Amino acid sequence: MIVFESVTKRYPGGTVAVDHLDLEAPKGRITVLVGPSGCGKTTSLRMVNRMVEPTSGRVLIDGADTAASPPAALRRGIGYVIQHSGLLPHRTVLDNIATVPLLLGTDRRRARSRAMELLERVGLTPALAKRYPAQLSGGQQQRVGVARALAADPPVMLMDEPFSAVDPVVREQLQNEFLRLQEELGKTIVFVTHDIDEAIKLGDRIAVLRVGGRLAQVASPAELLARPVDAFVAAFVGRDRGYRALGFAAVSSLPFEREETVRLGEALATARDRLNGGWVLVVDAEDRPQGWLSEDGARLAAQETVTEDALNLGGTLATEDGSLRELLDAALSSPSGRGVVTDGEGRLLGSISPSTAVRLIEERSSAPAGAPGTGEEA
Amino acid sequence: MIAALGRIPAQGGQSPPGLLGYFSAHRTEVLHWLWWHAWLSVLPVLIGLVVSLPLGYLASRRRWAYPALVSVSGLLYTIPSLALFVAMPSILGTKILDPVNVVVALSIYTVALLARVVADGLGAVPEDVAQAATAMGYTPLQRLAKVDLPLAVPVITAGLRVAVVANVSLVAIAATIGVPELGQLFTNGFQLSSTGPYYPPIVLGIVLCVVLALVLDLVIVLVNRALTPWRRTEAHR
Ligand SMILES: Nc1ncnc2c1ncn2[C@@H]1O[C@H](COP(=O)(O)OP(=O)(O)OP(=O)(O)O)[C@@H](O)[C@H]1O
Ligand SMILES: [Mg+2]
Repeated sequence: MIVFESVTKRYPGGTVAVDHLDLEAPKGRITVLVGPSGCGKTTSLRMVNRMVEPTSGRVLIDGADTAASPPAALRRGIGYVIQHSGLLPHRTVLDNIATVPLLLGTDRRRARSRAMELLERVGLTPALAKRYPAQLSGGQQQRVGVARALAADPPVMLMDEPFSAVDPVVREQLQNEFLRLQEELGKTIVFVTHDIDEAIKLGDRIAVLRVGGRLAQVASPAELLARPVDAFVAAFVGRDRGYRALGFAAVSSLPFEREETVRLGEALATARDRLNGGWVLVVDAEDRPQGWLSEDGARLAAQETVTEDALNLGGTLATEDGSLRELLDAALSSPSGRGVVTDGEGRLLGSISPSTAVRLIEERSSAPAGAPGTGEEA
Repeated sequence: MIAALGRIPAQGGQSPPGLLGYFSAHRTEVLHWLWWHAWLSVLPVLIGLVVSLPLGYLASRRRWAYPALVSVSGLLYTIPSLALFVAMPSILGTKILDPVNVVVALSIYTVALLARVVADGLGAVPEDVAQAATAMGYTPLQRLAKVDLPLAVPVITAGLRVAVVANVSLVAIAATIGVPELGQLFTNGFQLSSTGPYYPPIVLGIVLCVVLALVLDLVIVLVNRALTPWRRTEAHR
């Protein structure tokens, strides 16, 4: 566990970057520091590994004051990942990953073979091992950065906007793989971002900082969305927080309805017979939904059978044990107006109408958890 | 170069007093001068580099040191080399003909040039790389040796190339104070030209200086390539 005890940082020149921060980052969890630019996130993070020394207050790791360890030794026990990877340009990928083990005195062969394992663990091919950082894409560099931070298996990791310099598609991939990795490794992580969506997706706990380096709120993602403590947090969390909060509301005992289907390859005539409200759901041989076929689509199709190119792929799918947000989105995005619900393997269970989804949301809102959006916003 | 070697003696008319003729007649002493010239050019660069590394490091780490270094080195460069050669014996207590004078004087010029280059090279390490290296747990000295210096190699070798070539031409001036090196060829040429122009020793001196400069430059380029394998890949980005 990392504990900030009334930590203040005043830079020479007078800027107070962090002001009496009291915060706990629980063991094995991801604690996200989020807030607008210049609110002191990076400064807070760097006080953990003594890249920045607190003006007052203490930072403790598992009860030990960080000020008591020599900086270099302390840092070798803490993984660190930054926005632009910060890989050493003159070292190969493999040697970059092996940096900390080598500093700790691990022999070169062992350090390299461990580095090779990590390379694959973060989803890179061994073929990249001999390359230099300049020969990698931005996303690959970030993965190498993560592998390097993990190389000495430190219990604590500090991550400063590690995914914000890559494009949104790669970012999402990296986030998902990061969560999967954390599931296995259970590191104590402090993660800095200015992106509230990233904070909500990755954080077990979220600490919102305001400019001037004061802590505004610490809460779980669901709680932050449901009950922002003040106008600043409410505005920072965003306007559609009510909708996003549904992402944390699990659905139980879904009242879905039976949906008539037609298989790919079946005769169009059959499809036309089964149209319901102008649409019929098309599934594959394993009963997995493939898309919707409309009355027009069935009429204009070139072949006599149902083929993929005649399908409307607009609707999203909700899983049986997913969230209310998924369910509502499936209902709202479906061209037929009926949201498709599948089981864990992606097989069709049935469909649900937007009004049913809304009824489920209403039932939840009347529960004591409290309605989101009771803030100042209209 | 080869063309010049062939053409000049033809212009000179009769072949024995031509360039090659002059060379074969004075082979031993010319090679002796070439050898000395090479040493007097290279040794100060090596000494200068060793002195410049700590100075440049200091200048890259202390805010006050860099401007001080820039003004002092600028000042040193304004001292004419001949004056420095002549002043050396009284400063060092050496004899006027001692080649040590030349080595020390040229080392001073090299430091004036290289200390700043080293400071710039060490200062040019990208901020995120420096930060990440510190965060990995490099001590300041480890970071200097394993990160900052290797990354500054291209900048430093660029400075070395300038210093070596400048030294090759500065060394020639030392012939005026009697130090044996290729400058002797120019002195000889002027002496032999008293009755009419006599070019072979002068042209030979120029040619050998240029060849020497090119060879030393090439050596540094090759060393740089060997030390910076990662830079060859950047073009493929
Ligand atoms: N080395 C420094 N010297 C003086 N002031 C600094 C220094 N580093 C940061 N600051 C100031 O401290 C405040 C907090 O900076 P910090 O880098 O911690 O913010 P941040 O939350 O990480 O911002 P961003 O999202 O833009 O990265 C800012 O006002 C910044 O200008
Ligand atoms: Mg920052």
